[in-house]
Amino acid sequence: MSATIAIRIDGRDVRVAAGISVAAAIAQAGVVATRRDVAGEPRAACCGMGVCFECRVRVDGEEALGCMARVAPGMEIVTDG
Amino acid sequence: MNYDAIIVGAGIVGCAIADALARAGLAVCVVERDTIGGAATAASMGHLVVLDDDPAELALSAYSCERWRALAAELPAASDFRATGTLWIARDAEELDEARRKQVRLAQAGIASEIVGGAALAALEPALRAGLAGGLRVPGDAIVYPPAAAAYLARRAAARGARFVTGVAVDALTGDGVALADGRTLRAPAVIVANGCAAPELVRCVPIRKRKGHLLITTRPPAGTAPLANHQLIELGYVKSAHGADGESVAFNVQPRPTGQILLGSTRQFDDTGSEVTPRLIARLLERGIEFLPDLARLSALRAWTGFRPTTPDHRPLIGRWPPRDGVWLACGHEGLGVTTALGTADLLAAQLLGRPLPFDAAPFDPARYAPEAATA
Ligand SMILES: Cc1cc2nc3c(=O)[nH]c(=O)nc-3n(C[C@H](O)[C@H](O)[C@H](O)COP(=O)(O)OP(=O)(O)OC[C@H]3O[C@@H](n4cnc5c(N)ncnc54)[C@H](O)[C@@H]3O)c2cc1C
Ligand code: FES
Repeated sequence: MSATIAIRIDGRDVRVAAGISVAAAIAQAGVVATRRDVAGEPRAACCGMGVCFECRVRVDGEEALGCMARVAPGMEIVTDG
Repeated sequence: MNYDAIIVGAGIVGCAIADALARAGLAVCVVERDTIGGAATAASMGHLVVLDDDPAELALSAYSCERWRALAAELPAASDFRATGTLWIARDAEELDEARRKQVRLAQAGIASEIVGGAALAALEPALRAGLAGGLRVPGDAIVYPPAAAAYLARRAAARGARFVTGVAVDALTGDGVALADGRTLRAPAVIVANGCAAPELVRCVPIRKRKGHLLITTRPPAGTAPLANHQLIELGYVKSAHGADGESVAFNVQPRPTGQILLGSTRQFDDTGSEVTPRLIARLLERGIEFLPDLARLSALRAWTGFRPTTPDHRPLIGRWPPRDGVWLACGHEGLGVTTALGTADLLAAQLLGRPLPFDAAPFDPARYAPEAATA
């Protein structure tokens, strides 16, 4: 079993495997959507390689691509799912 | 099949002409080799703007902006029409003098505008950097999402009986119509070549060059943040860049999208005919943008893309009969202003074709100025 770290997703404390992507952490935590489109529809990571921009979330206050960013201890992730 | 008129190309120009001719009761067929409102139309910024550096362009763009305002109420929501107006930004006293001259030229075409000083500029657009001299506000200008507007014009034309054939190219003009790439032929006494940058593929002597441009759009800012711009913002140095020499140029040109996103333009270059994005030019675009709007640096870029402006040697579009070939009409070469001028172009071409009174002087746009002496075009 690999090491886990503590992060927060939408205000909830969760433990996830160290070194995974933010998008993977969000999925592991059972959060379905990363963001909402202009029409308010939920969107989630799609391409997993930094192209589609569907995985946008806020990481420690800054906009980031969930599939490209890696989790770090104490990280605060906010989706608008 | 026989029609009254065949239009080659369903960019914003072809769609606007189809709409005008169908409204006049003509049997129209539009042939589009790709998709409706793709090509330059989809790449464009969709700023509906009166440009005054050439009297002919001023007449065409002023007339066209008036037509867009009249159409606005009818456009579907997806067209994103907004009466943002334009703010031409003067960095220093010299550029403010240029703004005053611009105001006089616009007034001659009946276009209202207002000089704003430095303090008024800061109040209108708080995100602009401090220390700018002022600018010229043109309230009648607007923005639109060009591919959606083109699609609307196409639908309206279709509802009046125009036929759209998409996914097949016109291979050649036959003298009494067109030959399609799939072997079909269509016949009409008038063929209108409205295929933008591709016009020389069908009419060899038409002097159109592709002028590449880069645009970039940001993501939406977090809910509750003030928009970074309220008007379309352009530096007064823009016209120098737009009509300047052949080299690369970058000018500050920012559009607030209805979603809060910022659309950032624009670059101009002739020598590059590939569609790929050049990171060096995107960097220059961003530097220029941040120089005027420092907080732009806090937004994320969502996408960058390129498009090609169909450019003529004298920067005026070609609208009217092409003398070397019977039945061939041109409506192409709209350069960086074709979304705006599509509606004026359509009215002018329809009036010429139907022998009706012209909405404005057609002579500056007469394709005859580039027609070769011998009928070899
Ligand atoms: C980066 C950029 C920013 C711009 N910003 C603005 C702006 O803010 N405001 C403004 O007014 N203008 C702007 N423009 C200019 C504007 O986009 C163009 O002038 C306008 O879209 C030209 O329209 P068009 O219909 O002539 O050409 P296009 O939109 O290129 O349409 C031509 C169509 O013809 C089709 N075609 C070609 N060959 C054939 C064939 N053989 N058979 C069948 N179909 C064919 C193509 O597939 C295409 O769909 C901008 C342009 C660029 C590149
Ligand atoms: S999932 Fe496509 S950019 Fe992240």
